[in-house]
Amino acid sequence: MNKETFYYDNRIVRAFAWATLLWGVVGMLVGLIVSMQLFLPELNLTSWLSFGRIRPLHTNAVIFAFVGNAIFTGVYYSLQRLLKARMFSDALSNAHFWMWQLIIVAAAITLPLGISTSKEYAELEWPIDIAITLTWVVFGINMFGTIIKRREKHIYVGIWFYIATWVTVAMLHIVNSFELPVSFLKSYSVFSGVQDALVQWWYGHNAVAFFLTTPFLGMMYYFMPKMANRPVYSYKLSILHFWSLIFIYIWAGPHHLLYSSLPDWAQMLGVIFSVMLIAPSWGGMINGLLTLRGAWDKVREDAILKFMVVGLVAYGMATFEGPLLSLKTFNAMAHFTDWVVAHVHVGGLGWNGFVTFAILYWMIPRMWGTKLYSQRMANQHFWIGTLGILFYAVPMYFSGFSQGFMWKEFDASGNLKYNFLETVERIKFLYMLRSFGGLLYLSGVFLMVYNLVKTVKQGSFIANEQAEAYALDKAHDAHAGKPAYWHKWIETRPMTMLLFSLIMVSIGGMVQLVPMIFVKEQVKTISSIKPYSPLELEGRDLYIREGCNNCHSQLVRPFRSETERYGEYSKSGEYVYDHPFLWGSKRTGPDLVRGGDKAANKVYKNATWHYMHMLNPRETSPGSIMPAYPWLIDNSLDMSLLEGKIKAMRTLGVPYEKGYEKEAKADLMKQAEGIVAELKKDGYKVEPDKEIVAMIAYLHKLGRDLKPAGEVAESK
Amino acid sequence: MNIIPLLILCSLSLGLLFLMVFIWWVKSGQGEDLVTPGMRVLFDDAPIAGTESSTSNNTHTEPSTESKN
Repeated sequence: MNKETFYYDNRIVRAFAWATLLWGVVGMLVGLIVSMQLFLPELNLTSWLSFGRIRPLHTNAVIFAFVGNAIFTGVYYSLQRLLKARMFSDALSNAHFWMWQLIIVAAAITLPLGISTSKEYAELEWPIDIAITLTWVVFGINMFGTIIKRREKHIYVGIWFYIATWVTVAMLHIVNSFELPVSFLKSYSVFSGVQDALVQWWYGHNAVAFFLTTPFLGMMYYFMPKMANRPVYSYKLSILHFWSLIFIYIWAGPHHLLYSSLPDWAQMLGVIFSVMLIAPSWGGMINGLLTLRGAWDKVREDAILKFMVVGLVAYGMATFEGPLLSLKTFNAMAHFTDWVVAHVHVGGLGWNGFVTFAILYWMIPRMWGTKLYSQRMANQHFWIGTLGILFYAVPMYFSGFSQGFMWKEFDASGNLKYNFLETVERIKFLYMLRSFGGLLYLSGVFLMVYNLVKTVKQGSFIANEQAEAYALDKAHDAHAGKPAYWHKWIETRPMTMLLFSLIMVSIGGMVQLVPMIFVKEQVKTISSIKPYSPLELEGRDLYIREGCNNCHSQLVRPFRSETERYGEYSKSGEYVYDHPFLWGSKRTGPDLVRGGDKAANKVYKNATWHYMHMLNPRETSPGSIMPAYPWLIDNSLDMSLLEGKIKAMRTLGVPYEKGYEKEAKADLMKQAEGIVAELKKDGYKVEPDKEIVAMIAYLHKLGRDLKPAGEVAESK
Repeated sequence: MNIIPLLILCSLSLGLLFLMVFIWWVKSGQGEDLVTPGMRVLFDDAPIAGTESSTSNNTHTEPSTESKN
């Protein structure tokens, strides 16, 4: 056994740390803007700054840019130290860093341009999806390479969390990104309707689980003991809750689709696993908090520990609330409301944000061989941030309760008591308070940036930190420490090479095979439901481009309060031609899935109303907070992809006849003329090739084919 | 709902993969010592002058990475 001297790579950690700060500020700033647009619709200045387009920018930026870079910062710092080894390859580290930043930049460009798949937290189009997959593989090789050349036999629990993160995110991302490209920046999800919804929320829920939770738990298990200078309360508990957490989490996704047209048994499965999740989630929280046993006096002084304590408490609250919201009783009231927004921000601002801040405050002085510039300022940041969370969450809870109760309230004669606009008016004030909370939180972040920059200025950066450890005496570690050529490393390990090849092949194979196998058969249709006409299809793509699904749901749940307000409840057979599904998850505006049901006439509006509404929503609906869409009226519809779109849809199983793509444009113009004539009757002159015409056609298609209640016989 | 078999397949194979790793975890002795790993984390810093962590250093001189078996 010989002792080896080696160096930890701090440069890659520094790079990710700066990226975390930069994207954190950007993502939260965008968040602040979108929150203000909800009470000042005039802030939707241009098309690329409108709510529907930059709300996905906010979510993507804070999840994948801010939290993503924070994860890599924490992982690259702790992994090297826990394994007593430098990262496997500096080149891979750098490639990982730059590829990830490029993806973020690509997202920041494409999303405001309206280039979006519409699937929440997976809005990026297919070329970027492929880039994400490649980056993830680079990260994986780098991480597993480091694990293999480690000098520490025992793999610490934190690393297990990192491993589970890597494996699961890879799988989720690949399956949810099955899409058929129409052009370089446009694709359709291969799944349709209910199926697409299930895949999306299987992904969406586990993105929370394996991107926002497990990597942070892993980091917590490294940094918390270091910060408190105490071993973790129970290492045994950490192992126990790790294995139980990863086994249970993956099944909880369907709780996002309660009371939808997803089969009941699948919904129930989601509920049961969600409730079970309390135990492993709280295992982590309790273990983190009890690590401070006998050291609570330090919390009084140390801002870093304060951040960790509130972060863990927020985690505990969010993971208690999650199962609660998964119960059908609560979900009936809370789904589609701001309650869910409050819930995710307690987790996001409290858990992910505060733990990230704590780690940066702790790590940066160490990497620069100095002390934090100002403890006092860090304490101020803590209090401002905490107040920010409260000012964010409390108004959002009240807003959520108001929406939930008001939407369901009937008057004495059995009519709905409030129209939708009244419920919007009621919560505007709460939206203002929420923005104030966000502003506080962001100001805290600026304080941190200043503090950390000052800290860096007074220290000197240790790019390569020296460390010593004994080599592992196992045969397969013989090469460790020597700068072996990477390919040789794989070649001398047939099993490893086999595994990597298998991964690569199965990714490719799945992408091609799965759609073939699973998409050929369709959910049985309701005979009256027709595929979208070319004009409606183009209108639907505009709906996706503008991100209408961020505020309008397309799913009526089987409650009297909803069937009274919107019309017949939704059936799975209605959505079979929806690639992707557009159910939405939030009702900032009313549900639209019966928007074309003229017979029921609950949410139907004529062409002229839609035209005026898009031009200025306040004119038709005083008090509305919807952005105006004047560009829909000015822009000519881009029909260059129409043929490709029809062909793609046919490949996915939509029954367009062979050769229909040639007639599509003529059909489109014919239908457009009809709408133009309708508008003309009311004195509005519109060219048939304008975008607004396609949008109106799509809105009038929604729910139009569904026969009145009673006549619908859904076949399963 | 022909997507359900795919998702169940994916979720089960993920679970199976984790189970295999868990079996490896047990067999390779990763779970034999569930006390010292929690302590060891505290001793992996290089000494930095002037910081609190300098109280918990100098462990590199002893074979902290050596496993007992």
